[in-house]
Amino acid sequence: MSRRLFYAAFEHEEDALGATRAARENGFKIVDVYAPYAVHGMEEAMALSPSRLPWVCFALGLTGALLKVWFEYWTTWIAWPLNVGGKPWDSLPAFVPVTFEVMVFLAGVSTVIAFFIVARLAPGKKPVLPMPGVTDDRFLLVLEETDASFDATKVASLFGKFHAAQVDERVEEAA
Amino acid sequence: MGAIEAIAPPPLIEGRKTLQQVSREIGAAAERKPTWLWWLTFSISSAFLLVGAVAVVYEFRTGVGTWGVNNTVGWAFAITNFVFWIGIGHAGTFISAILYLFRQKWRTSVNRSAEAMTLFAVVCAGLFPILHLGRPWLFFWLIPYPNTRGSLWVNFRSPLVWDFFAISTYFTISLTFWYVGLIPDLATLRDRCRRRVRGWFYRFFSFGWDGSYRTWQRYETVYMLLAGLATPLVVSVHTIVSWDFATSILPGWHSTIFPPYFVAGAIFSGFAMVLTLMIIVRKVMHLESYITLRHIEAMCKLVILTGGIVGLSYGIEVFIAFYSGDPYEQYAFLNRAAGALAWGYWITVACNVLTPQLLWIKKIRTSLKAVFAISILINIGMWFERFIIVVTSLERDFLPSSWAWFAPTRIDAAILAGSFGLFFTLFLLFSRFVPVISMADVKGVLTYGRTSKEVRG
Repeated sequence: MSRRLFYAAFEHEEDALGATRAARENGFKIVDVYAPYAVHGMEEAMALSPSRLPWVCFALGLTGALLKVWFEYWTTWIAWPLNVGGKPWDSLPAFVPVTFEVMVFLAGVSTVIAFFIVARLAPGKKPVLPMPGVTDDRFLLVLEETDASFDATKVASLFGKFHAAQVDERVEEAA
Repeated sequence: MGAIEAIAPPPLIEGRKTLQQVSREIGAAAERKPTWLWWLTFSISSAFLLVGAVAVVYEFRTGVGTWGVNNTVGWAFAITNFVFWIGIGHAGTFISAILYLFRQKWRTSVNRSAEAMTLFAVVCAGLFPILHLGRPWLFFWLIPYPNTRGSLWVNFRSPLVWDFFAISTYFTISLTFWYVGLIPDLATLRDRCRRRVRGWFYRFFSFGWDGSYRTWQRYETVYMLLAGLATPLVVSVHTIVSWDFATSILPGWHSTIFPPYFVAGAIFSGFAMVLTLMIIVRKVMHLESYITLRHIEAMCKLVILTGGIVGLSYGIEVFIAFYSGDPYEQYAFLNRAAGALAWGYWITVACNVLTPQLLWIKKIRTSLKAVFAISILINIGMWFERFIIVVTSLERDFLPSSWAWFAPTRIDAAILAGSFGLFFTLFLLFSRFVPVISMADVKGVLTYGRTSKEVRG
C-alpha cells in the first residue's frame, strides 16, 4: 500500500497554526506538523490528546518512594539493626529526606527514558527530515490522502490561503 | 492599539529578528573558530584548574593535614566551598524550573547558561565532601550496596547520608533537565553543520530529533514534569545542606531558621553568579540583543528580594540568640560580630545586606558596570557568610579547653582557586560547543510573525 502525502511549508507560526486548524476542520487527516520550536496552541489545532507521560512520572515516583521506605526499614530494622545514638528503629521522620530524593530521581529519570522510547529518540539515530529547515525556520504541515473523496485542489487552495512558501506532493511506499 | 503599544513593556528580544537569524546568531559562537579572548580566558582558567589539581594530588598523597584544619576546627575551607558552590547552582534551577512554572518568558534568554552554571557548580561542590574525607578513595561507602563488611548499611538517620542522596539526585536531574532542553538545539546545529567530525557529534547527541509536533508535545510535557520535580528538589537540596549544621548541637548552628535562610542565600548567591556570567557572555559573544537590560533588571530585582530574605535571616538569627537567654548561643553571635573573625562577619553583612540595596535605584540597576561590581561583591559576601558560619562556631564551642584557631594553608587556597578554575573551564567549553542561549525557546518569544500582544509577558 502506498500513500499520497501533501506537504506545505510555512514561514510564519500564525500561518502554520491557521492552516492546521483549517485542515482539521475540513476533515483532512493531519499526519504531522514539523516546527522549529513548540508552537503555542498547536496541540489544540491538531487536536492531539494529552500525553500520558505524567502517569509514568507518577507511577515510578510512587514506586521509588515506597521501595526506599521499605529499604530503609529493612536495613535499619531487620538486616542489621545497629544502635546509633539510641535512636529508635522506627525513625520514619529521619527517613523522609532520602525517600524524597529517591522519589524525584526515579520519577525524573524514568519520565525522560519513557519520553525517548515513545518519541523514538535514541543516541546516534539518523534523523529523517521531511524538508530541510524544519529545525531552523520552517513550519511544515503534512496531510494524507485518505479516500476517494479527497480533493487535491481543495488542499492546494487551503495551502495557498495561508501563504504556503512551498508545497509538495509525495507518494510514500508504506513499509 | 497605539496606546496599548505605548504602555506595554518592550519586546524580550530586541531588533525584530527572523527565525533563521536566531539560529545563525546564537549558533555562531559554536560554529566559528574561538576568538583570542576565549583562548585567553580559557588559558587562565585552566591554569587555575591545574594549580588546584596539583594541590589535590598533594593532599591525597599526604593527607588532610596539609589543610589548616585541626582537631577542633574539622570543617573549614572544604565545607565552606561546598556550600558556596552548591548555592551557586540553585539559581540555575530557579530560573529553569520555578520561573518556567510561573511562565516568566524572559527566562528563555538565560535558562540554558544558568542551567549549565548549575551543573558545573554542582560538579565543583560535589568534589569537596570527597576531598575532605580522610580516605577519599572510599567515598563509595556512602552508597548502600551489599558488601562484605556485614552487610553494613549506611545510617539513613544521618544528614551526611541525606546530603549524598540530595547532591547525586540534584546533579542527575539537573543534567537530565539541561540535556532534554538541549536536544532541539543540537538538531538545529546538526542541520546547519557542514563539518564531518562536529556533525557526527551533533548527530549522535541530537537523538534523531526531527521537529515533529507529536514529539514537541511530549517534550513540553516532560519539560513541565521535570520543572515540577526540580522545584521542590532545589528547596530540598539546600535544606538538607543546612541540616548538616542545624542537626548538630553547636551554638550558632543549632537553629530552626537554617533551611529557609540557606535556601534564600543559595538563590541569592546564584543570581549574583548568573549576573556575573551573563554580563560577560553577552559582551564577549555579542548577544546584547538577546540578553537585554530588561533581563539584567529582572534578575537584579530577584537579587533584591532574596537578599532581603537573607538580611532578615541575619537579623532574626541575632535576635533569637539574645532572646533565647542561652549564654552559649549569645556568645557565638558576639564572637561573630566582635571576635577575631569580626572582619569576615562585617564583610558578609556589608556585601549581602547593604550592597544589594543599591539595586533599588534604577540608574544603578541598568548600569552594567555597577551591576557587575555588585554581583562580584555578593559572591564574595556569600563565600564569607558560609566561612563565618562554619569556622566561628567550631572555633568556640562549649569547652574553652578545646578552643582553637583556624588559619588556611596554601593548599586550602590552591584548592579553592582550582575550583574556580574548574568552573570557568567547564563553562568556557560549554560556550564553545553548545548554544549558550536556548534557540528553540527564544524563537518562541520573538515578535516575528505574530501579533505582538502575546510575546510581551
